[in-house]
Amino acid sequence: MIPKPDWAVSVSPHIRKGTTTSQIMWTVSATLAPVLILSIYNFGFRSLIITIVSVLSCMLVEAISQKAMGRAVSVKDGSAVLTGILLAFVIPPGVPYYLPLIGAVAAIFIAKELMGGLGYNVWNPALVGRAFLQASFPVAITTAWIAPQQLAKSAWDVFLSPGSADAISTATPLSVIKQYGITALTHQFGGLDSIYWNFFLGFKPGCIGETSALLILLGGLYLMARKIITWHIPVSTLVSAAIVAWIFGGQTWFSGNPLVHVLSGGLMLGAFYMATDYVTSPTLKSAQLIFGVGVGGLTVLIRLKGGYPEGVCYAILLMNCLTPAMDEWFKPRRFAPPKAAPVAAAK
Amino acid sequence: MAGTTFAKGGIHPEEHKELSERLAIEEMPPPSQVVLPLSMHFGAIAQPIVKKKQEVQEGEVIAVVEKALGASIHSSVTGVVKAIEPRPHPTMVRCEAVIIDRDPSAPPRSYEVDDWRKLSREQLLARIKEAGIVGLGGAGFPTHVKLSPPPGAKVDTLVLNGAECEPYLTTDHRLMLEYPEKVVEGARIILKVLGIKQCVIGIELNKADAINVMNKAAAQSSEKDDTVVRVQGMQVKYPQGSEKQLIYSLTKRSVPGGGLPFDVGVIVQNISTTMAIFEAVSMQKPLYEKVATFSGRALNRQANLKVKVGTLLSDVVEYLGGTKDLVKIVSGGPMMGFAVSSIDIPVTKTTSGVLFLNSSETDLGEFGPCIHCGWCMEACPMGLSPKEVGLYVEAGKGHLTEKFGIFDCFECGCCAYVCPAKRPLVQFARLAKIAIKKRG
Repeated sequence: MIPKPDWAVSVSPHIRKGTTTSQIMWTVSATLAPVLILSIYNFGFRSLIITIVSVLSCMLVEAISQKAMGRAVSVKDGSAVLTGILLAFVIPPGVPYYLPLIGAVAAIFIAKELMGGLGYNVWNPALVGRAFLQASFPVAITTAWIAPQQLAKSAWDVFLSPGSADAISTATPLSVIKQYGITALTHQFGGLDSIYWNFFLGFKPGCIGETSALLILLGGLYLMARKIITWHIPVSTLVSAAIVAWIFGGQTWFSGNPLVHVLSGGLMLGAFYMATDYVTSPTLKSAQLIFGVGVGGLTVLIRLKGGYPEGVCYAILLMNCLTPAMDEWFKPRRFAPPKAAPVAAAK
Repeated sequence: MAGTTFAKGGIHPEEHKELSERLAIEEMPPPSQVVLPLSMHFGAIAQPIVKKKQEVQEGEVIAVVEKALGASIHSSVTGVVKAIEPRPHPTMVRCEAVIIDRDPSAPPRSYEVDDWRKLSREQLLARIKEAGIVGLGGAGFPTHVKLSPPPGAKVDTLVLNGAECEPYLTTDHRLMLEYPEKVVEGARIILKVLGIKQCVIGIELNKADAINVMNKAAAQSSEKDDTVVRVQGMQVKYPQGSEKQLIYSLTKRSVPGGGLPFDVGVIVQNISTTMAIFEAVSMQKPLYEKVATFSGRALNRQANLKVKVGTLLSDVVEYLGGTKDLVKIVSGGPMMGFAVSSIDIPVTKTTSGVLFLNSSETDLGEFGPCIHCGWCMEACPMGLSPKEVGLYVEAGKGHLTEKFGIFDCFECGCCAYVCPAKRPLVQFARLAKIAIKKRG
């Protein structure tokens, strides 16, 4: 019989790096705070309320599902919070307040917990939530846009009178392009330079967290500096989107405007925060590059040739389907494997 | 100096060497009783050749391995055999041990240095065998066997492992600083045994003082014969001192999976072992004393101690003023050492250090699900997929993990170290190996 040990015994190693799963989740969530603040500035307190409803819904749904399935409740690990933030960020600010709750059920219960919980989901939960809402509430999801107050009022006015659902309703730049072409958009913003500038800073109609390329870029760069994400997926996504937009986006071939496509819609948020999700993207860097190329290319192809003005959500969900296969195909290069390699044990 | 390194992977854990790296090796007074387990290292369990109540001298052989692979065990004190009975053992839980009560009046045995250069290769090997030398880095492979490579092997380089890449441990660092001549002479003995001319001593750059001292010692002794002993600085990166990584770092040769260093013409020896070889050959002193680092913040005083093999950890702890907030005792380094369950276990030939960790130094928390961050795959120096192995084992499919090269895994712990979910990836790897072996 093995005597009861006097001290803790466990298999080596006995020291661990400090970073934990929940630290990663909370850090990623924190880097999205500036995006939310700008969104409140742009679209009023609706943005904040919808984000709060979404986060609380995700936490609640996760707690209930985990309890119901007899799992340990892990709401505190920050994963559901991050999903909640991302779900709110990919829906328009003008939707009814109960909508995020329905999205949360799809995101957390169906896409995450039913799949086996954290680490076992095939699709990005927030995007499944968004796709579910788009299928179930097509009108709300595609029309509940609010024009940024910046275009009409001064900053002080915005603070005093936050926007509401019946604020100036508008169309997103991508749907303008889809319906009337890019010249209509140029006309609306008063020139290409103005488009680039407003899109880069984030003063345009769009989903709650998708407007500011600058703030998303800063958050993404911070995550890279902290080594939480690497450049592979964001860069390959954006470059691929730009190239496909340049090839197919114009009246003739090779005459599209890549910059407008990169800066509009959810591409920046998708490239830095959605496609980089550890669980649903390939692990190996080489596979990540291919994954990003797929996400960027499919996004622009859906925008240009598909029925919807925006394609990021479906592009990422489609590439998520390939992730398990890519993880199987792409293995790390081994250091000095046996000379006569053993017969592959994949029976 | 830029410093060489291995091909891929690796981590930079906190070193914690500041606790003991400046403390000179200190000789601990011999304890009143020593416990000498009959299994101290790789190979067969030794058979005792002494009886209860028999008087034994310091350095006298008390147990031998007759036919199988193994090494002799010597008494570390002069005294009387009190008992031969099972006692707590670092890795085997319990093991038959010879217990010797020390005679306090006996003077310590002294040894004289004579010139090993007049001895033949066979005489050198015989002295190494008689002294019971085993690899002191960890596994304890009998040294006389390691120094007799099969006839077909074309060994041309001796590699001395002065990396000491495990955090906390400072034993080899201190030995190189304080006995550089003994280490270099030991290296030349090994060169003569192997009939080769070339030795590289790899030392991590965080031990700049040791690199200086060893460089000088190597230069001074090079006038005596035509062998070349060279010191090479290496990057501070774990696991720089692992055999395959070390060989690649110093010679750019890759030992293939399932192969041994002599497949690429190399033999690796540890610094402590090399010094023990010098003492065994030049002084005819058997291996019954061990320099080891006793560290960790739960210990009231940290030290690099020279202790008698068979000294109980409880005696060492008492000598060092006890512990506070002790939660885990680790024999060896924190990356690859093993947690021991009792303080009544003895220091053995292969003990390179014992760590007494407090609650802030070691993490006893629970682990979570794999989030596929891939950090383990980047950290793995062998290019394996630890996360996949873990998932397979959890799913009861450990026997299907051979495709990930699981037998190349030497359990360095880099994967588990970086894992944000704190998954016990080394344990999963061990379970996978067991599962494959069970299926035959």
